[in-house]
Amino acid sequence: MKILVAVKRVIDYNVQVRVKEDGTGVVTDNVKMSTNPPDDNAVEEAVKIKESGKAKEIVAITIGEEKAQETVRKALAVGADRGIHVKVEGVVEPLAVSKILQKVVDKEKPDLVFMGKQAIDDDCNQTGQMLAALLGWPQATFASKINVKEASLEVTREVDEGLETIEVNIPAIVTCDLRLNEPRYASLPNIMKAKKKPLEQINASDLGVDTKARIEQIKVEEPPKRKAGIKVANVSELVQKLKNEAKVI
Amino acid sequence: MSVLLIAEHNNKELRPFTYNAVSAACKIDEDLHILVLGNKSESVAKSASEIPNVKKVIHVDNEIYENFIAENFTSAILKHADTYSHLVCSANTFGKNLMPRIAALLDTSQVSDVIKIISADTFLRPIYAGNAFATVKSNDKKKCVTIRPTSFEPAPAAGGSAEIVKSEAGEAFKNSKFVKREEIKSDRPELGTARIVISGGRGMQNSDNFKLISAIADKLNAAIGASRAAVDAGYITNDHQVGQTGKVVVPDLYIAVGISGAIQHLAGMKESKIIVAINKDGEAPIFSVADYGLEADLFEALPQFLEELNKLNTIQK
Repeated sequence: MKILVAVKRVIDYNVQVRVKEDGTGVVTDNVKMSTNPPDDNAVEEAVKIKESGKAKEIVAITIGEEKAQETVRKALAVGADRGIHVKVEGVVEPLAVSKILQKVVDKEKPDLVFMGKQAIDDDCNQTGQMLAALLGWPQATFASKINVKEASLEVTREVDEGLETIEVNIPAIVTCDLRLNEPRYASLPNIMKAKKKPLEQINASDLGVDTKARIEQIKVEEPPKRKAGIKVANVSELVQKLKNEAKVI
Repeated sequence: MSVLLIAEHNNKELRPFTYNAVSAACKIDEDLHILVLGNKSESVAKSASEIPNVKKVIHVDNEIYENFIAENFTSAILKHADTYSHLVCSANTFGKNLMPRIAALLDTSQVSDVIKIISADTFLRPIYAGNAFATVKSNDKKKCVTIRPTSFEPAPAAGGSAEIVKSEAGEAFKNSKFVKREEIKSDRPELGTARIVISGGRGMQNSDNFKLISAIADKLNAAIGASRAAVDAGYITNDHQVGQTGKVVVPDLYIAVGISGAIQHLAGMKESKIIVAINKDGEAPIFSVADYGLEADLFEALPQFLEELNKLNTIQK
């Protein structure tokens, strides 16, 4: 079995994001970038499946500017076998990303495609479902547990009401929740080895996918600030404030 | 222009957030239709027809819709999509799972998690865990939009009498199968719509200590929330998680107990009307969004809080 794992380079989850003064976006210069956190879970799960002997090859793919490669190198360092970098400048919407992935799936013919359930930059939560639609494959979204069977996956999904289990036939798309597993750290020797693993570069334009934005970003602004609050001295003051000032109890 | 809203329900009744999505959809265009896909779901179609402002209900009843598998829903929705300018549903796990599958097949770039309708093609949505708001304009002919339900008031449930039109089921998708659902039943208000929410974080230390939270939740008729740290540690189940990758709540009162206030948690609760933080670390970022901060050991503060609440003779329900 072959697993394709898609990873995205985003502003690190620990960074306090700042809006640019001219309203055109958020500040990314000199800001720490990392792999989108649930994409790390996707890589980890693929590696675990390979370690259990149920998968033969893991291909990590990213789509973006030159530096996006770092995310593929990281995936290679924790166990992916080879990488693909589809080069494209600027914002690529989930629809275009899924069209690019569709082209790559047509060529690579993986049995499974894994990725995070949501990117923490645009918070869209679309790409996996869109790719599944374009391929006509089943989708197991928000996965917190995956059981690989003969020709199918049993996937536990985190939904608003609790947990749901579905069974999807292979080939399938899985989008991963943060609770799926605990991503491992790459060891230094493995980071060095990863540098020697093959990483193929493709230009998005060579795939024949139109990546032009369909959604125009008119402006980006700071959310309204909350008024500064106060500290109360003790519980009884808190309860009095809630009752008499805020009038919420 | 006309809008098709995909109803979320449990085959008996509409889920509460469908009413919020109706309010948002009405702001896009007055010609609003609701599509109910379900199994033995007549009562759902009837409820949908009773919402004022709904002009028509399309009801498709078939056993393949029993468990809301997105792959099955998609073929039925696409059969009707032609005549509408907008397809809308809630941005909860139901809509997040479903809408992109439809959008991709309509070759539309979806607008996710809208918090304000500016015009029929322009929307406000949070990005970066709500640390920035983006105004976006969709240039696609047909628009697929998911609505953050807590940003819109629920539409009234009664007063309307739209016609209900039956329609044929779409093709069944053979490669996905529902196995089971583990729903956590509770007599407490739903987290997403509760007037008061009390949440616990890593500071709770174990699941047993959440009893301190539930005692107060019972007293205040509140829903119980949690930070991701508390869910990851197994103190409480995932359906309680508030934050960027969990639920977004906007209650009148949000009480954060033993929660440090990571950006990802704030994303799920900082629009609450009143925020209370109880934490022994005075420097915890949660205090920066709290209207009332109490720097205290939660194991002392929570029993006192319950005691003080018991002294009050009037608690709003």
